[in-house]
Amino acid sequence: MKGFANLVRPYMVWIFGGIVIPMLLIVLYAFTKHGNSVMAFQFTLDNFIKFFDPVFVKVLMKSFEVAVVTTLLCILLGYPIAYIIANVNEKIQTLLLLLITMPMWINMLVRTYSWISILSDKGLINGFLVYLNLSPIKMMYTDFAVILGMVYNFLPFMILSIYTALAKMDKAIIHASYDLGANRTQTFLRVVFPLSLSGVISGITLVFLPAVSTFVIPKFLGGGQYMLIGNLIENQFITVGEWNFGSAISMIMAAIIMFSMYMTRRFDRDIEETSKGGGVVW
Amino acid sequence: MRKLIEFKNIVKDFNGNLVLKGINLTIHENEFVTLLGPSGCGKTTLLRILGGFIPQTSGEVYFENIEISNVPPYKREINTVFQRYALFPHMNVYDNVAFGLRIKKQSENIIKQKVEKMLKLVGLEGFGDRAVTLMSGGQQQRVAIARALVNEPMVLLLDEPLGALDLKLRKEMQHELKKIQKEVGITFIYVTHDQEEALTMSDNIVVMNNGEIQQIGGPTDIYNEPQNRFVADFIGESNIIEGTMLDDFSVSFDGATFECVDNGFTEGEEVDIVVRPEDLDIVPLEMGKMAGVVRSSLFKGVHYEIVVETEFREWIIHTTDNAEVDKRVGLHFFPEDLHIMSKLRTY
Repeated sequence: MKGFANLVRPYMVWIFGGIVIPMLLIVLYAFTKHGNSVMAFQFTLDNFIKFFDPVFVKVLMKSFEVAVVTTLLCILLGYPIAYIIANVNEKIQTLLLLLITMPMWINMLVRTYSWISILSDKGLINGFLVYLNLSPIKMMYTDFAVILGMVYNFLPFMILSIYTALAKMDKAIIHASYDLGANRTQTFLRVVFPLSLSGVISGITLVFLPAVSTFVIPKFLGGGQYMLIGNLIENQFITVGEWNFGSAISMIMAAIIMFSMYMTRRFDRDIEETSKGGGVVW
Repeated sequence: MRKLIEFKNIVKDFNGNLVLKGINLTIHENEFVTLLGPSGCGKTTLLRILGGFIPQTSGEVYFENIEISNVPPYKREINTVFQRYALFPHMNVYDNVAFGLRIKKQSENIIKQKVEKMLKLVGLEGFGDRAVTLMSGGQQQRVAIARALVNEPMVLLLDEPLGALDLKLRKEMQHELKKIQKEVGITFIYVTHDQEEALTMSDNIVVMNNGEIQQIGGPTDIYNEPQNRFVADFIGESNIIEGTMLDDFSVSFDGATFECVDNGFTEGEEVDIVVRPEDLDIVPLEMGKMAGVVRSSLFKGVHYEIVVETEFREWIIHTTDNAEVDKRVGLHFFPEDLHIMSKLRTY
């Protein structure tokens, strides 16, 4: 066993070099500013204070708004799709799951780029509208385009996690509900939906967290003026070169994400406690 | 008794696999009927067809003389206790039991009375607030029974409900189920592969094999008068011998002729003969109808299981007196201990 324990060492180095040191650097940058010739770094809280400028807070609010809308749309679209997949026969199930996951084999950048050619002023949709003698619609660089891109990218995660919850449900429980006189609608509302909530919640975690911090989708489909928190951080590092401020925003983001994860987990556990808990069925 | 359920020529075909090959069966009011057979014999399929969870390929199901094949399960006056209880894990005991009544939109007042009465009946008084997932198998079982019975169905279907319980608890529940059935006075249709369970609880047993009914009858009939080799072999232990009917009351096997109590066979008909192990006696060599050597003796608690080898075969004997291994002994039985079955006769 001792020999095996040694195998962990390269991994430790990897974690340390790849995760721990960069994180510490972010913390270091966030709490410092460029020093003078005597001291390379100077401790400061200015970077954090700077963030609470209305301009930046607005960006944060906007990010949350977009992420919440995206998550809600993913639930509304994803639940029925997951429900249908879970209820067709097994062969078709495998096929549908393949179709849902297949786009994920292609790089997200490529997929997001292709939306540009569909949505742009002279793109596929507008080309068709012009062909029908209708006036073209401005779609690129709007909330619509950004949210569409996000929903498109994150929907599979929602579908898969709801599907998992629905598929592992014991069919006998649903039969029991019919047996006790509940019709399909009543069975869905009183049994199936409550029991699938854990899937919805893990879906929310999988969609909301990346949606609140993404910068690629708003950059491509929202344009240079479309500013979400992810873009703000990217700008600070790449365009402005303000690594200290960028690090501070990253830390604020990380804190918010950790808090929201904690809240979802807690909510999830509350449900689990009333629903599951090592019973025979589960 | 009034006829309640009638299966007419039920056939079930699962992708070319004939699970039920034309079942005809009538079930009466207030009966405790057991569908008994090895796994894969179609007994659970028949129960599911009655519950409305799967459609039959052909044939009709009548409930109080009305064809119900197209009635969805939630409209049938039948409730089921499922194999692994299928309790709703997100509800406590009370809400599980109240489920059916709430669907029927009864007032919470009445629901409370009925649920509490039912919990008392199954011995779970005061357990209403418990999470069902934290209960033992036996307790979950009781909740499942209460949840079904509270709807006052005309028929309760039980699909191997005691399968997941340990032996002692299973015996307790057998008696309790029988007691509950008498108390509520409705028809129980019980599916099991456990012959002892079937013999203990049933008014009528339907023995099934390979999608066909082998025999229908009361526990003593099934045990004492099995209709064919399968039933004899499946219910209890038996010595099954092939022989020839010489005349009425006279059968030949193992190179000798014996007196028996069966008649009505054609002369020279090949038959199967059942001798129950407890009907055979070990006697001194000269007093036996057959002679053999004791090969083994196992203590089984109440009796010894002894194997005696004769010239033709090994016999299993259950007796309270031990016999010495390797000793030559005689085997004795009475004419009425030979039960003769036609090879052709299935139900």
